[in-house]
Amino acid sequence: MVEVHSPEFKENSRKALKDKQLQRALQHVRGNFIDKRAKSIADLPEFEALRDNARDIKNHALEHLDLYLEAYEERVVAQGGHVHWARDSIEARGLVLDICRKVNAKTVTKGKSMITEEIALNEFLEKNGITPIETDLGEYIIQLRGEHPSHIIAPAVHVTKDQVAEDFKKAHTHLPPDRSMDEPENLLLEARGILREKFIAADVGITGANFLVAETGTSVIVTNEGNGDLTQTLPKVHIVMASIEKIVPTLEDMSQILRVLARSATGQEMSVYTTLSTGPKRKTDVDGPEQYHVILLDNGRSNMLGTEFQDMLRCIRCGACMNHCPVYHSVGGHAYGWVYPGPMGAVLTPQLIGVDKGGHLPNASTFCGRCEEVCPMRIPLPKMMRHWREREFERHLMPSGQRRYLQLWAWMAKRPAIYRLATNVVTTGMRILAIGRGRFKKFLMAGSWTAERDLPAPQGGTFVSQWKRQRPEQVR
Amino acid sequence: MSSKADILASIRKATKGRKSAAQRRKDVEARISEHPAGVLPEGPRTLAQKTKKFAEKAKLAAASVDIVSAGDEAQAISKWLRDHNLPQTICQGSDARLKKIKWPRRGGPDIKTGPSDGSDLVGLSHGFAGISESGTLVLTSGAQNPTTINFLPENHIVVVDAKDIENDHETVWQRLRRRYKNGKMPRTVNMITGPSRSGDIEQTLIMGAHGPVRLHIIVVKGATNAARKSRRA
Repeated sequence: MVEVHSPEFKENSRKALKDKQLQRALQHVRGNFIDKRAKSIADLPEFEALRDNARDIKNHALEHLDLYLEAYEERVVAQGGHVHWARDSIEARGLVLDICRKVNAKTVTKGKSMITEEIALNEFLEKNGITPIETDLGEYIIQLRGEHPSHIIAPAVHVTKDQVAEDFKKAHTHLPPDRSMDEPENLLLEARGILREKFIAADVGITGANFLVAETGTSVIVTNEGNGDLTQTLPKVHIVMASIEKIVPTLEDMSQILRVLARSATGQEMSVYTTLSTGPKRKTDVDGPEQYHVILLDNGRSNMLGTEFQDMLRCIRCGACMNHCPVYHSVGGHAYGWVYPGPMGAVLTPQLIGVDKGGHLPNASTFCGRCEEVCPMRIPLPKMMRHWREREFERHLMPSGQRRYLQLWAWMAKRPAIYRLATNVVTTGMRILAIGRGRFKKFLMAGSWTAERDLPAPQGGTFVSQWKRQRPEQVR
Repeated sequence: MSSKADILASIRKATKGRKSAAQRRKDVEARISEHPAGVLPEGPRTLAQKTKKFAEKAKLAAASVDIVSAGDEAQAISKWLRDHNLPQTICQGSDARLKKIKWPRRGGPDIKTGPSDGSDLVGLSHGFAGISESGTLVLTSGAQNPTTINFLPENHIVVVDAKDIENDHETVWQRLRRRYKNGKMPRTVNMITGPSRSGDIEQTLIMGAHGPVRLHIIVVKGATNAARKSRRA
C-alpha cells in the first residue's frame, strides 16, 4: 500500500496553504475544469436524464455484481484471455509479478491507473528488479519527481511548467542542456520522444480500466494522449488492472456512462481515445499483444455492498467532485495523504485504510454540497461523509476535547429553553463587544480561526429570535 | 477458499435475500440479450445532415475533414499530403475498401502494407463507422486495419463512407454485433475523436501527445457497390 499520510491531514493542509508554488498551480483547477464542464453540459439537453440512467445502470450492476463478473470472465476466456481474482493488494501484486516473470520482463509500460497506485505496484515492481514506466504525461512527470498523483485525472496538476522543465533537465541528461524549454510544447515533444522508445522496448503493458463489459468480455480505457493504446498494443503482454465495481452489463450501458464521464471530467463530449479491448491478438491479426490478462481486484469493495457506502461504488473516477470542492481548491490533493483526494477520497479512504487513519478526511468538508450537485453518478457524497463522522464519534476516535464540546452541545440542544438563553446571551455579548467594528481580530478559544481571518460578530440575533420577529409579518 | 470464491461469497452475502437466485440470473441474462439503448440524444434524420454534423463535430475536436465523391479519394489524399509537405508514402493494412482507391498509374504514393513499426509518417485506415453525435470514428482491429496505424504515425488519415455514419454509439454497437456475431469482438475497437493531446502541463491543451499530431478524415459520399460489398465481407 502507498504510505498513508491521511492522519496528518491538518498539518498537511497547513503546509499546503503556505506553499506558493502549489497555490499558483491550483488556480488552474478553479478556472479550467469548472467552466469547461458547465459549457459541455449546457450543450446536451439530455444530460440530466443520462445521469439518472447512468446511476440506475450502476445500481443494477452492483445488485447483480457476482453474476456479471462471472459472465464477464466467461466471455474473456472464450476469446483467449485470462482472468485472475485478487482479494487484496498483496495478491494483485503477486499476480502481476508472476505474469512478468514468465516472460522475463525487464521493463513495463503503464497507462494511467489509480488502482495500481492503491496497491503501490510501482514500488513493488522496482523492488523485484522490474522497471515500471508511467506513460501518461502527468504520471511521467510525477514519477520523475518521486511523487504520487494529486488529482485522479490530472495527476500533476500541482506542478508548474517551470518545475517540469527543471525535472526534465535533471532526468534527460543526454539532451543538450541549453535546449529551449520555455513552452509547454517543447516539454511535451521531449517526453513524446523519450517515451516512444520505452513503448517499443517494453515487455509488458499495464493499463487500468474505466469499464468492464460483461456482455462481450471487454475492458475499456479512456485517454486523450493515446499512451494507454501504445501501452497495450506494442508489448507481448497486456495486463488490465481493474476493480470489481467497473462492471457494466452491455456496450449500450457503457455508452450511456461515457456520455456523462468525459463531460464531467474535462468538459469534452468524448475523450480522444475510447478503446475497447477483448482478448489477445487473433490468429489473423498483424499486431496486438500475444497475451491478455485481467486482474480483478476487490480490496475491500465487496464489503461496501449492502452498507450505507454502497453508492460510492458507482464512482467512475471523473474528478468532478474535487474540481468543484472548495477544500480541494485550497489544499490540493496531496494533503489528503493517500491515493484518492477530494470528496470521493474523503468517503473512500476511511473505507480502504480504516476510519482510524482516514477519519480527518470526511471532516474536511464545508458540506456545501457542490460535489453531490456535479457528481454524474449522483453519489450522495456529503451524506456519506456524515456517516463516517458518526462512526468516528461512535468509535471514540475524536480528540477528547472535541468530543466533550459535542456532548455539551448535544445536552443543550436537547433542552431548547437553555439553548436559546445561552445563544442569546453569547450573541448579544459578542454584538456589544464588537460595536463599531462588526468583527474580531482575536477571540477566546477561536485562535486558529482568527489566525487566518477575522471572526465576524453575529448580527440581528439568533435564527429563532429573527423567526419570531419576522414570521408574523409574512403571514399577514 | 480460492480468491474468486471468496470475493463472490462476499458479494453474495450482501445481495442475499432481495430476489430469488433464479430471478437474479434471469434478469442478468435478459439485460445482456436485450441490451436496452437507454437515453439517446436527439440527432439528425437524413444522411446529408448526419454527414454535416459529423464533420462539424470532428472539426471541433481538432480533426480536419474533407467530404468527397466516390472515386475522388486518391486525389484528396495526395492533395492533403502535398499541402502538409509530407512525402507521398503511406502505411496501410490489407483493407479491401482501401485497395479500391484508384491511384494514378504514375505518381501515386508508395504504399507499404502491414502494421506500423513507428517509422511511418503517414498511416491510412478505413473506418468501420462514424458517429455524428461527437464526430467520433470507430475503427476495428485486424490485418485489414492494424491498430498500430492508428497510433504510431504522426499523421493519420481515415476514410469513412458517409453511409457508415450513424447518429450514436448504440447504432454502431448493433452493427458490430451483426458483423462479429455471438458476443464476439475484434481484439480492439478504437473510438477516436480528434488527434492526440495532453493538458497535463498547467492545464494547457497541447496537440500530439503520444498518438497522431494530425487526424484527417475523408468522408466519401455515394459509396460504390464494390465498397458496399467489401463492408459486408
